[in-house]
Amino acid sequence: MRNITAAASAAATAPSPDAAVEVRGICKMYAEMEALRSIDLDFPAGKLTTLLGPSGCGKTTLLKIIAGLIPATSGEVRVNGKPVTGPGPERAFVFQDFALMPWATVMRNVAFGLELKGVGKDERQAVAQKYIAEVGLSGFENKYPHELSGGMRQRVGLARAFAVNADVLLLDEPFSAVDEQNRRKFQEDLLRLVELEKKTFIFVTHSIEEAVYCSDRIVILSRRPGRVAQIIEPEIDRTASPDAIRRDRGYLDTVEEIWQGLKRYVD
Amino acid sequence: MSAPAHANGTPRAVPSAEASSLRGKLLEHRTALWRAASIGLFFLVWEIAGRIPISFAFPTFLETLRAFLVMLFDGSFVAAYAETLQPLVIGITISAILGVGLGIVMGLSRFAEWLVAPIFIVLQAAPMAALIPLITFVYGIGLVSKTLAVVMLALPVIALNGYKAVRNTNPSLVDMCRSFQGNWWQRIVKIILPDASPIIFAGLRLGLAAGFIGVILAELLITPTGIGDLITYHRSVADYPEMYAAVVSIILVSTLTLSVLEAFEVRVLRPEKKKG
Repeated sequence: MRNITAAASAAATAPSPDAAVEVRGICKMYAEMEALRSIDLDFPAGKLTTLLGPSGCGKTTLLKIIAGLIPATSGEVRVNGKPVTGPGPERAFVFQDFALMPWATVMRNVAFGLELKGVGKDERQAVAQKYIAEVGLSGFENKYPHELSGGMRQRVGLARAFAVNADVLLLDEPFSAVDEQNRRKFQEDLLRLVELEKKTFIFVTHSIEEAVYCSDRIVILSRRPGRVAQIIEPEIDRTASPDAIRRDRGYLDTVEEIWQGLKRYVD
Repeated sequence: MSAPAHANGTPRAVPSAEASSLRGKLLEHRTALWRAASIGLFFLVWEIAGRIPISFAFPTFLETLRAFLVMLFDGSFVAAYAETLQPLVIGITISAILGVGLGIVMGLSRFAEWLVAPIFIVLQAAPMAALIPLITFVYGIGLVSKTLAVVMLALPVIALNGYKAVRNTNPSLVDMCRSFQGNWWQRIVKIILPDASPIIFAGLRLGLAAGFIGVILAELLITPTGIGDLITYHRSVADYPEMYAAVVSIILVSTLTLSVLEAFEVRVLRPEKKKG
């Protein structure tokens, strides 16, 4: 495990060359309430970075600002060097409540990003088919969301985000509406997909275990107003089996340290 | 009629696939059976009430049925509905297009909401039957007045439902569409309309029902034509079975139309509801 909090504050002045997403001085005010205060962050390309923090720390707000879904009060987000002014093709979002169209089949839901871009039916279905298989939903193409379990619905959400071939995937507490067993399986699958897809993942969660298990880098936000409290890089051997990782000394120590740090924010 | 569902075996036993499908079928038929029984019971009570009789102007069910069949085959229904359906169809078409359109605009824009919604809220609360003489005063006794009566009854409920439906679109789906760079047209056509369609269609069904009220009111209050004429005429010559048959025919036609609309909605807009 490496604690790079000090290095991160230096990064604010000198942008690192391998950052896919750069966040510079982001502040967000909701009327009188200050949600985020001068956030400076780099999200390294090809890595999975987690935003972790107590509820109400603005981690989802930060993710939606990066997605271009809500405007920042001040500051700037750059993706691949270009400033963000709204949603863009280089970013794809995975929603906490899945945001699947209940009237559309799995196939149409997964292909929806391409449908909006005007990709022809055969072509977009071929792409969707590939990602449906990749997230393990082959055979469910013609099912409707209400016929699927929570875990399967979020797999549809993930496949839809993969299908538009964005560089950056933004996941907003993707497993919070998924039951515990499916969640573990899903986390393992996600790690496999991170390896396979070579994309930049930004992941919001409130589960410490999930953050340590999945992430290359963990950004811990403090309670309202949200600020970067700590940045941790858990150095865990990902080639080990999932069960070995969950018993790994380094894994357990990192979970413990984060918990000690976060404890003071819990009432 | 009240036979328990588990007549064929122990109720707690785990049912085999075959047995459960059989039970499913039984349950399905049971609903239909109960509905038929309910209607049958109503007819029976009607028949008894007619035979007592509760009023000399109240025909029995069988008399009404006979009158209904006679009027069905001698062409008087066909002629009457050809006339009645004219203002109804025109009025409902105008109300549906205008109402859904205005509803969507009100749902999407606060400005339009402030400008238009109060008018419909007032119109919905106003007693329409009292306004029909006013319409006659301005537009005479022709097709325009009758169409206007239908529109005045049907439009507010359609517009207000459309507006509520659009305003309550799942915000997460709208965000999803934005995050995948859907433009405003795609957002309306691919997300907001399908998501709002159950409530929009509920409004259309209510609007259609209100339209039937409107056209009958117009035919009774303005000039007796079509089915309103059948009712008025048979009442004036004391042919009560014929008069009741005409009333029943309106109920039948409006129920059938509403069912067709519902079937259309499920088939075209929300295919996921077809499967259980």
